[in-house]
Order: sequence, then structure tokens, then C-alpha cells
Amino acid sequence: MSTRFAAREYHAVEAEGLRFLYLVPSAAVFCADAAASAVLDRLQVGPDTLDGLEGALAGRFAATDVRAALSDLMEVRAVGPEGAGPEPMPVEAPPEGIPLKTMVLNVTSKCNLGCTYCYEYGDDRVVEAGTMPRFMDEATARQSVDFMLGEAGVGERCHLTFFGGETLLNFKLLQSTLTYAKDRAAEEGKRVDFSLTTNGTLLKPEIIEWLAASDVGVTISIDGPREVQDKLRVFNNGKGSYDEVVPKVRELLKRHTSRPVGARVTLTKANLDIIGTFRHLTEDIGFFEVGFAPVTTAEGRDYAIEGDAYWHMLAQFEELAWEWLEHAVQGRHHGFSNVGETIEEIHKGFSKSHPCGAGVGMMGVSTDGNLGLCHRFAGSEEHRFGNVTDGVDREKQVKFMEEHHVAYKPDCHSCWARPLCAGGCYHEAHTRYGTTNAPNLHYCDWIRSWTDTCLRVYAALAVRNPDYLKHFEH
Amino acid sequence: MRRIKAINQKAARIEQYVEGERATAAQAAAEVGHEPDVELDVVGLESSAPDGPRIPFGCTLMFSPGWETDSGGGTAGLCQPVERDLFDCHLGCFWPAQVPDQLNNAGDWTSKCAAAQKDWRKLDLVFP
Repeated sequence: MSTRFAAREYHAVEAEGLRFLYLVPSAAVFCADAAASAVLDRLQVGPDTLDGLEGALAGRFAATDVRAALSDLMEVRAVGPEGAGPEPMPVEAPPEGIPLKTMVLNVTSKCNLGCTYCYEYGDDRVVEAGTMPRFMDEATARQSVDFMLGEAGVGERCHLTFFGGETLLNFKLLQSTLTYAKDRAAEEGKRVDFSLTTNGTLLKPEIIEWLAASDVGVTISIDGPREVQDKLRVFNNGKGSYDEVVPKVRELLKRHTSRPVGARVTLTKANLDIIGTFRHLTEDIGFFEVGFAPVTTAEGRDYAIEGDAYWHMLAQFEELAWEWLEHAVQGRHHGFSNVGETIEEIHKGFSKSHPCGAGVGMMGVSTDGNLGLCHRFAGSEEHRFGNVTDGVDREKQVKFMEEHHVAYKPDCHSCWARPLCAGGCYHEAHTRYGTTNAPNLHYCDWIRSWTDTCLRVYAALAVRNPDYLKHFEH
Repeated sequence: MRRIKAINQKAARIEQYVEGERATAAQAAAEVGHEPDVELDVVGLESSAPDGPRIPFGCTLMFSPGWETDSGGGTAGLCQPVERDLFDCHLGCFWPAQVPDQLNNAGDWTSKCAAAQKDWRKLDLVFP
């Protein structure tokens, strides 16, 4: 009996009149010609033999073409013998000695704003802020730097991010830590790249000067035009922060030109005019790029984005993504950073065993020097992986990585978007389902839809201006 | 490859690999005097036809001690639970063991068992 062939896992998108295949789990993207597309279409109806395929497509393609197409599709595993089943999913813990490339230092657990949706202080907080030291001290910061350089492996560069609370409340520590880290890195022949996130309220000329002179990458948490910012990002007395923040940000943008300054917007049910916000932040204020993230929330919070609102959000993401494409085709920058990040992962062909590098290549440090899975978990006993003095709790780390492998998320096994998503953010899952283990099933449709959009944008770009993709090959 | 074209970096790596394999196969075919065929070769008891050692499927060579009995003639002392062995028979072995019929009667028998060594407790009995 001759072999019957069946389609394996892939997701097909059309762009520029061509058919593109996103193969799962390899995450390879191929463009299929007419014969290969016809073979796949035929196999979507049901498994068939080579003779059967040749017969069915006889009017349109020569037998040799069908044969060649089938052979190519077999080799890349878009097609397999019937019953071959899914690709096996090896469960391997990340190899030991993966260097720590990014460390996020929570320099304070205090904030001068009182945004209701905040994951650090709001209803969904993981840690009671009051249980933590309010400010990281000098000794802990230095130990953290030493720890990072020790864990950074042989690579030359590592990345230190200052975070809070409101990061600039501990500006003195930023200054001394940066100087210390630069000196220590120089001794070890390494380079540390610095960045921070701030709400912008405390920016003043000497801080701006320091940020620019020290080449610190800056991200401003800002939610948009005045009416939005003043509703969501408020001081503890309820006063809006727009007039405090925007003039200072303008000063920062004027002075700090060595590194692009980005805006990071939290989306809630109350601020879903994404395009308006994008225009305001890029065109009126002058941010180089803007990234949007839906608020992390338990189900049913009044600011949560649910139901149709998600699709409303996605439609605007899509509109900006196509705008991004037109810019990229002309070789121009477009500041919608969400799409750029996904395009890079598609281009490199990431196939993730874990949703992100948290706990391995990236860790958060709480104000008292404990190592957290990431900055969002810093200070949580349950998600503590040791501390900067004694080092990483390897046993706990390995156990965590094993337990959180996508192989242990059966719900993800039939999803074509798993190479990029792998179940989604640990913190999101913890907030929604009470455990980092859970896949984020509440946003599956949305992730697939967004990934599909990015694949179409990617494919169109690969046809219209493939040179632009070199931007993502660093 | 003639009918599909690599677009992203991962695809380029796969293409490079495939071309290498094809060149090797063509060379081997030239030596024995016939063309490589798109139809699968017979590879009984093998997961693939690698260059390295050829490893049969099933429990014969893997650390998956049989599902027969322990040294005392019972099942309590088996070093793996019987469900685990059952799962091996079901998944990777050619041996016609009595396992749930996933085609007709127990389609979701393994849906909560992503990896047997961890999730075997989720394999339940199947009642016809």
C-alpha cells in the first residue's frame, strides 16, 4: 500500500497575492508556490496518496511538479505521512549557565502616583508594598551589580534596568549605582547598558542632564492625552498628572537625544482610543516609539478590557500595524513598537519553550535584595529565586523552568501560535488564575488574531522591502 | 527547494539543512544506482533513519521496565506505575497492548497528559 500523506501543523496567511506558511513548531516561514499551495489545499480535505494527489491536480500541474512540491513540503514537515502525529515536544530544562542578560532593580517600593489599575499597589498586587523596605540601600544595590556581573556569563554586554515604585524617588541611588556598575564592569571587561522606567513627574533639569550624559534609556509610563492621563494616572489626592508630566517630558526629549525615548501605555476599558493616543504621544509630544499593553487584571475589575472591547482594541492595533508596514516599505521608522517586537520574533523564527526569559536570562531584584522571577514578582516569597548575596537558588530555578515548559500546557498543544506565545505572561496568569503555571486562556483568540496580523505584515514586508528585515538581524 | 522559498531566518536554516541532506541522499543513491524516492522507505522499529545509533521504539531498550510483574509476581513493586507503562504502549510502541481506543471511544484519553512522567495520574480508566 502506498503511503498516504497528511498536512501537519501550520498556519497559512495570504499577502501580496502569495501564500505563506508559518510552520509549527519550527516557526519557519516559507512562501509556497502555486503547486505547493494546491497540494496543501488538497490535503486539507483529507489525507491522500501521491497518486491521488497527482490525479486530483492533473489538470493544473504536471505530475513532476506535484511530486516536487510534496517532497519540499515533506522535508520541512508541513506535510507528513498520515498518522505521524504532532512533533514530539522534548521537555528540557534550559541548560545550566544561561547568562543573566537583564536585571531589573526595584530601587523603591514607593510611588507618588495612585493609579487604580497598578499591578504593584492595586487590587491585584502580588506583594504588600508595606512589607518591603521603601528604598533599596547602597549596599544592596552594589551587591546586585556584583551579582549581575558574576552571572552575566562570557558575553560582553548586560543590561541593568532601574524600576520602582517610582524609580526617580531614589535618584541618589541611581547615580551611585550607575557609577559603581560602570567601574566594576570596566574591571571585568564588560559593558553595562542602563535604562529606567518612570512616570515622569519627578524629572527636573539636573536629572534630565544626568540621564542624557549617562546615556540611560528612558521609558515614560504615560497613558495619553490630558483627559485620559488625568483620569487614570493621578496623584494620591486625585489630581491628574498631565500638566506635571508633559512639560517635563518635552524637556527630556529636547535634551536626551542619544537614545530614543519611548512611551509605555497601559490600556484599560476607559482608554481605548489607541490611535488618538498614538498620534498624541508621537506627533504632539514627540516620543520615538509607543508601546501599548492591556492592563493586567483579575476577571471582573471595572477597568478590565473584556468582550467586544478587546476586538475594538485589536482593530486599532491592526490599523497601526498596516501603517507601520507602509513606513517600513519606504524604509522609514514608525513608532508603534508592539508590531516591531513581534516582527523581530517572527523573522528570527523564535519557537519558545517558555513565554519569556524571566527567572533565567532576566530577573527582578526587590528593595531588600531578593531575586524575583521578574520585576513584577520582586518581593514575593513564593517566586523568590535566592538573593543577590547568596546567589540563585538553582534547585528552585530548575524546578520552575521544568514545570513551566509549554509541554506541560496541554491547552497550548493544538494552537499554532504557541511558538511565539508559549502560554503568555506568568504574571498575567498569576493575576488571572492564581498560578504562574496556567496558560492565559482568556486572551488566546486575541493572541492568535494579533499574531496572524503580524504574520501578514511580515510576509508583505518580505515581498515589498526585504532589505528592511535586516534591521531585525542584530 | 523548488516549490517553497525560505522567508525568515529559521526557514533559511531548515532549507540549508534539507539541501545538505538531499545532497547526501543523492550521493548515496548514485552509489547504489537509483534515484531517491518521495515515498517513505521502510524503517521498521525506528523513529527515524539517523546517522547515529538506530534505536528501536518501545520498552525494550528504554528505561521503561515492562508492564508484566515485579520480582514478587505482583504489580505493587514495579518501579513505574502501570498507567505509565500503558501510556508507553499506547504512544510509542508497536506492541498490540490493550490500550484505550483513541480513535472511536476514548478520543480525549490523553488530552490532560502532556508528559507521562508527570501527568500519568490524569490518565483515567476507560469504561466502554
